[in-house]
This record gives sequence, structure tokens and C-alpha cells, in this order.
Amino acid sequence: MTDRAPQASADTILPAGDPTPPVLAVKARSQWRDVWDQFRSHRGAMASLVFLIAMILFVLAGPLVWRLDPTALDIRNKDLRPIVNALWGAEKVSWAHPMGTDNLGRDLMAQIMQGGRISLAVGAAAMILSIVIGTFVGVIAGYFNRLDGLLMRLTDLFLALPLLPLLLVMMLLFRDPLRAAFGPEQGIFILIVAGIGITSWMHTARIVRGDVLALKEREYVLAARSIGTPSRRIITRHLLPNVLSPILVSATLGLATAIITESALSFLGLGFPPDFPTWGKILADSVPRMTAFPERVIWPGLAISLTVLAVNYIGDGLRDALDPRIRGL
Amino acid sequence: MLTYTLRRLLIAIPTLLFIAFVIFMLLELAPGDPMANMPLTIPPEVKEKMREALGLGQPWYVRFPLWLNQFFIVEPQYWIDGLFGTNFADGAQRIISFQSRSPVFDTIAQRLPQTLWVVGMSYVVGVLIALPIGIISAYRQYSVFDQAGTFVSMIGFSVPPFFSGVLLIVIFSVTLGWLPSIYDTTLVVNDWASFKQQLAQMVMPVMVLALQTTAQVSRYMRASMLDNLGQDYVRTARAKGMRESVVVLRHVLRNSMIPVITVIALGIPSIFGGAIITEQIFKVNGLGQLLIIALQGNDIPMVMTLTFLFAILIVLFNLIADVLYGVFDPRIRYD
Repeated sequence: MTDRAPQASADTILPAGDPTPPVLAVKARSQWRDVWDQFRSHRGAMASLVFLIAMILFVLAGPLVWRLDPTALDIRNKDLRPIVNALWGAEKVSWAHPMGTDNLGRDLMAQIMQGGRISLAVGAAAMILSIVIGTFVGVIAGYFNRLDGLLMRLTDLFLALPLLPLLLVMMLLFRDPLRAAFGPEQGIFILIVAGIGITSWMHTARIVRGDVLALKEREYVLAARSIGTPSRRIITRHLLPNVLSPILVSATLGLATAIITESALSFLGLGFPPDFPTWGKILADSVPRMTAFPERVIWPGLAISLTVLAVNYIGDGLRDALDPRIRGL
Repeated sequence: MLTYTLRRLLIAIPTLLFIAFVIFMLLELAPGDPMANMPLTIPPEVKEKMREALGLGQPWYVRFPLWLNQFFIVEPQYWIDGLFGTNFADGAQRIISFQSRSPVFDTIAQRLPQTLWVVGMSYVVGVLIALPIGIISAYRQYSVFDQAGTFVSMIGFSVPPFFSGVLLIVIFSVTLGWLPSIYDTTLVVNDWASFKQQLAQMVMPVMVLALQTTAQVSRYMRASMLDNLGQDYVRTARAKGMRESVVVLRHVLRNSMIPVITVIALGIPSIFGGAIITEQIFKVNGLGQLLIIALQGNDIPMVMTLTFLFAILIVLFNLIADVLYGVFDPRIRYD
């Protein structure tokens, strides 16, 4: 990883009224521009980015256009099949419900939109939490030798915990107190985000620690320290920008696992309360009747799988783009 | 090497004790009361006696050492007694499940074969599929096969088992009707017909789990092969005029297997605990399903014992992976 600080300061050192434009500035391209160019050449990652943006738009802006209430019962229109079924036979289909309805007449498309909002919000929040914890632990452990042994022992300890069983235990134990304290939806949201965040920061911490250990021996850190820069500023100005790329990559992977974990919890019946749709919950609710209505399993399952696939591909592309060794190939 | 192993074993003891303590305290904080489902007509003093009979009357700093004693001393004694007909245990109190009122380890022993069969088999199948994929992908990097392999492992990473399993059921059980969707654990294999039946019911859960193993292991195999294919000793081997198959399959493969073996070893604990969802879908009554039932029934001794067993396996296989790494790679010296 190249240090960006000297380049930035060279720009600012130039006198403000200098009439000749700096020659270098024309040729110099920012690091992120290079990364973006490399990222664009990864076709799978580009397609995934487009898909992910479309998916986010679908769940965020969708309900503004598709104004059906996902929880509204419409018992006359129950068990409608998706509109594609009209292609191979006259079944109960309706343009009013393109993805069909469930056994209580709730519109599946509205449910998928609402569920996607929750699933993506949980995934993003849990990912941010785990990245923040992981980066904090990693930087502190890598930078301060005294804390290194202790924090890495803690990380190893967390890695030795059986995480899914413990997550299930946490869900079960703290569901009721948090529900009482913050309300049914907020309580579970906080619980799931905290649970996933606390159980998934270890890999980020290890990667960040390894990088910080190498970076802090570099000359520019020595230079910064010799002019009396406090540790806090060395970390925020010199170390953090340079460990940003591994953090970004592990953030995408973290998002993917967080979405899957949330869906798994919902699937096992330990997630959000009933009649509060998330993708995993819609899937789990549809399993008992999947012999008659397989599409109700397939819609949410496809939504989860494709979103996670897209996020994984973006992570793959980011890793390639951020790795200067393969850039430009 | 031996001193390293011994040191790691010694470190593992406080680690495991601490994990046991964390799990115990987590369950201690549980608001759920195992007596909550008892009839309200039971007088309070009787209820108090029942609580004591369940071992709940004492504070945690009494019960935690008691539990440790039961787990590490009493239960192995019973196990040895069962094996050799001795009488070490001498009727000591075992860990009793709240739900079934029977010893926790008896239930675990009943559930273990199913988990080992289905999940263990899937792990073996997954690894056997993954190794050739990884080798060919690396040898023909960026070929169509490599792209396809990458895509398959991406699918394996992205499609959660609760979707791939359900999808398989929809396709092969509902639409085609080829395979049973429910794993029949009472089936006794004693002739050809029942063997075929056993095979049929194992195909889907094994494939669902194998897909995930394959995704992971084939990635590692590919990366490790790529690392080694560019090394100088490969050029030397080729320059000596060795056949390509010898170069790849003997020289490169052997060296590439070193990190892969540790990855495989690290994945083994998940055989026992990680298949919770798949067991739930295919109704395999293994350990994962046992954990879910125990959780829903507030069966604290069962949850505690199972979770701690998983923790022991993880710590143990971490150690085995590290030791194996040193055994296979003479460049690595821990001492």
C-alpha cells in the first residue's frame, strides 16, 4: 500500500497564487480513481454492483410506488400464484399481485420489499458494528505492544466459541428483556445487530492487526513520530487510511455473512416477531406449504442468495482492485 | 514439537475453563425459568424443593464447580464404567436434562450417529469434490473450468443451506418425486433395498452441506496451488525433464496440501455443530436439532453441555491443525 500523505501535502504546500499549474497534478490520478478503473474491468463485480443498487432501490423506493400494505389481509385474494404461472396454464393469477399472495392474502411483493428493508438494514448495521469493533481491536493490538498479547488472546478466545449455538442462546435469553425495554421490533433489531456484530469481528481484527504491525515500522510513521505527532493522530492520519482496503474487503464479506446469519436466525424462529417480514422469515413461514406453493420459498430465497452473491462478487472485485500487485493487468 | 504440543494443551485448559464460565454465566442470566411450566397449584415450599431437586437452589459459584466436576470427572467415570464394567462412578449425580429427566450424555450418544453419518459424510464428499476442482482450477488458471469453479464456489458461499435445501426438496421430492424429503432415522440397513433407501435419503442433506465445504476448500486448494506453481522448484523439476503429471501431482500437490490440510482440520468441529439448519430442514434428529429443541425447552443443562462440547472440539481441532502444520512442513518450527 502506498502512503498518500506526501502526495496530498505536496499539493497543499504549493503557494496559493502560483500561476503555473503543477505539472504533476495533471498526470497524477488519485488512488481511488485507479481502484475504480480496475474495479470496472471486473465484469462480475460491475454486474453485481448494478444488481445490488437495483435491489436497494427496489426495497427502499419500491414501497413508495407499490403502495400495498405488506401486512394487510385480503382473504378473497388468498393463494394467488405469481404472474409468470399464466404462461403455462390458467391458474389463479392477478396483475394486482405480480408475485402472488400468501394463505392470508398478503401481497408477496410488498412483503419482499418490506423484508428486504429489514434484512439489508440488519446486515448493514451488524457489518458496521463488527467492522468498528474489529478495526478498533486490531489497531490497538497492532499499535500498542503492551496490549497486543491480551487482545489477541481475547480474539482467539472468541474464535474458539461455538458462534451459531451461542447466538441462538443469546437470541433466546435476551429477547424478552430487550423487547420490554425497546418495543418488539427495535428490541429484536438491537439484539440481532449486537449479536451478529459481537460474534463476527475477529477476522477483521486479525487482518488489521497484521497490517498495522507492518505499517508502524515504516519510515513515514517514524517521521511522524519524530516530529512529535501523538499516537492518536498517527493512528487516524497515517495508519487507518492505509488499512482501509483490507477493511473494505472484510466489510463486504461481513455484510454477506450478516445477511445470511440474520436469515438463518429468522429461519430457525429466533429472529423477528411473527407478522414482521424479513426474507428469512418469509422463507421459513412458507416452508410448510412449499409442496403446493413452491414460489413462496423461491422468491425470498432468490432475494437472499442473489444479494449475497452480488455482495461477494463486489468483495472479490474490490480485493482485486485494491491489490496494487495485480492492478493494471 | 512435543513441548509445543504440551504447551498448547496447557494453554487450552484455562481457555476452555473460561469458555465454560462464559457459557455458564450467559445461561445464568437467562430470564427463563425451568419451573415456569409447572402448574400454579403447586405450593411454594414444594416448588422450592423441586428447584433444589433440579440443582437450582444454590448460587452460581457453588453450581459452576459442581457442573465442572460432573462434566470432567463424573461423566468420564460413567463412560469408563460402561466400557469396562467397572464401578468408578459409584452412583454419583450425572448431568440430567430438564426436559427428558435422563442423563444428557445418553441423549447425546443416541443423537451422535446420525450427525456423524450425514454431516461427516457430507464433509468427506465435499473435500473429495473440492480437491480436484482446486487443482484443475489452479493448473488451468482463467480457463473456462476455472471460471466455472469460481462461480460454483461463489454459489456455495452465497446460497444459504435453508434455501438450497428447500430448493432441492422442491425439485427432487415435490416435482420429480425421486428422493424422500424427510430423513428416516429408524431405518435399519440390513439388505440391498434398505441400503438403497438409506442412500436415497442421504443424498440431499449430504449435497447441501457438501456444497458449502466444496466452496471453501476448493478456494484454498486453488490459492495454495497457485502459490506453489510459480515457485522455483517447479521450474527445476520441469527442467530436469520430469513428466508434467509428476511435477503437478507429486511436487506441487504435496506442498500445496499443507495449508489445505489445516483448513480441513479446522472445519471438522462444524461437522458436529454447524449443521443445525440442515438437520432442521431434512428432519435429521442429530445434535444440531437436539440443541434447537433444548433451547426452545429452556433445557439449560443440555444447552450448556452441547455448547461446551462444541467449544472443546473447536479448541482441540485448532490445536490439531497447528500441530499438523508443523508436522507436514519442516520449515515451521514452533520451539
